[in-house]
Amino acid sequence: MAQIKINDVSLGYENGAILTHLSFEVNAGDYLAIVGENGSGKSTLMKTLLGLLKPLAGEITFGDSLCKNEIGYLPQQTLVQRDFPASVTEVVLSGCLSNGSFHPFFNKEDKAKAAANMMRMGILDLKDRSYRELSGGQQQRVLLARALCATEKILLLDEPVSGLDPKVTMEMYELIKQLNEEGVTIIMISHDIAAAVRYADHILHLGTKVFFGEIEDYKKSDFGKFFLAKEEEA
Amino acid sequence: MILALVNLAEYFQYAFVRNALIVGVLIALCSSLLGVTLVLKRFSFIGDGLSHVAFGAMSVAAVVGLTNQMLLVLPVTIVCAVLLLRTGQNARLKGDASVAIISVTALAVGYLLMNVFSTSSNVSADVCGTLFGSSSILNLRAAEVWVSIVLSVVTVAVFVIFYNRIFAVTFDENFSKATGMRTDLYNLLIAVIIAVVIVLAMNLVGSLLISALIIFPALSAMRIFKSFLSVTICSAILSVSTAFLGILASILLETPVGPTIVASEALVFAVFCVIGACLGRRKA
Repeated sequence: MAQIKINDVSLGYENGAILTHLSFEVNAGDYLAIVGENGSGKSTLMKTLLGLLKPLAGEITFGDSLCKNEIGYLPQQTLVQRDFPASVTEVVLSGCLSNGSFHPFFNKEDKAKAAANMMRMGILDLKDRSYRELSGGQQQRVLLARALCATEKILLLDEPVSGLDPKVTMEMYELIKQLNEEGVTIIMISHDIAAAVRYADHILHLGTKVFFGEIEDYKKSDFGKFFLAKEEEA
Repeated sequence: MILALVNLAEYFQYAFVRNALIVGVLIALCSSLLGVTLVLKRFSFIGDGLSHVAFGAMSVAAVVGLTNQMLLVLPVTIVCAVLLLRTGQNARLKGDASVAIISVTALAVGYLLMNVFSTSSNVSADVCGTLFGSSSILNLRAAEVWVSIVLSVVTVAVFVIFYNRIFAVTFDENFSKATGMRTDLYNLLIAVIIAVVIVLAMNLVGSLLISALIIFPALSAMRIFKSFLSVTICSAILSVSTAFLGILASILLETPVGPTIVASEALVFAVFCVIGACLGRRKA
């Protein structure tokens, strides 16, 4: 059974739908890239998947023992965070809040989990540093570790490499790929079609025409060929 | 100097001085805890708007002749806090405008009412007192002291219990919401606490200067400290000590309490800016 199944969903805000009749599904262990131009509805789709927006029509079902709130999320940087005084440990630990019953403070398990995820992201040595002093790539790793504290099942990444230099971008993609190989389902929103084709196994291309399918089929389709050729020119 | 200390010892024998110090320190503590969140969420202006609302509500209470003004002022301020925080999240610009509208309206209506239905002979002094908190902190009644103590203790307790969640909502509201936290609930909680703190703080510094009490300690602490916990603790210490010293200074120098506290906080902020700049340069 699929982890997330989108069935004939329309998305948008009160004053109009941005996407209509969208259907796709995500299975455990998939690496889905969502690409498309600005304004094609990527962010709206993401907000809907996260439960921040309600779909205008249609149905989103969560299955395969995935609850609605078990989506880990790597957001784009907000203005608030740029000068936020917080240590790396504080940020990563805050990912542990989502699970289970209410206890006011973090227990040993939470702290162990946070430490394990910082280790996994290679940022354990930064744990007492201030978040706002880190480089863009390091900040992304911190937020990834936080997302992993919230869930091990599925991660939704919103433009994970925006603002990173080419070398760090590569490292970031490798890191995400590695997580995927460890069994974490990945949904990545991206501008970068070339990288999406290289790393993901499924692709959802939003635009005037919508394509959803495996990467191999995308490469063979006229639709995919067109965009990939355009990408190469650029 | 010695004379001043002897004077001070004498002052401590008066109940009103002790009351002022207790209430002042507690209010300073509460407002500084909250200030960190408000400053980081870019809600500094809401404190200002709400204090004007509280001023308006207080004038209404005075005109109606309520003996316990808190009964009216507190609920009205809480309702406004909830409304303002809600609009503030959805659309930043609209939030700004609505704060401005509500605060100036409350201010104008408050002064109007006090003028038209004046119950005392000296309206200007009354208004000035409410706006700048000139001496009300020194004329607290026992009941007011207890109300302040209870509300402050509750505020601090709520802040400590929800500390981690307040951090999460402040740092990244969307992430918290997406991972199943009831962010609306915590925003509501923050709104209610803000309202309570502002109503309490009107006694100390008056309604025009409350935002200083809320944002200065947090801003000063953020110049130097780099984790949320250390910023919170530092701003609490700064706020409590400036309030304590400010009240003492105002008694000794016979200056108005609120402005004395706020001026000293501004001074501390300037000092911390310089220290922060020096530390930053040494590192770079």
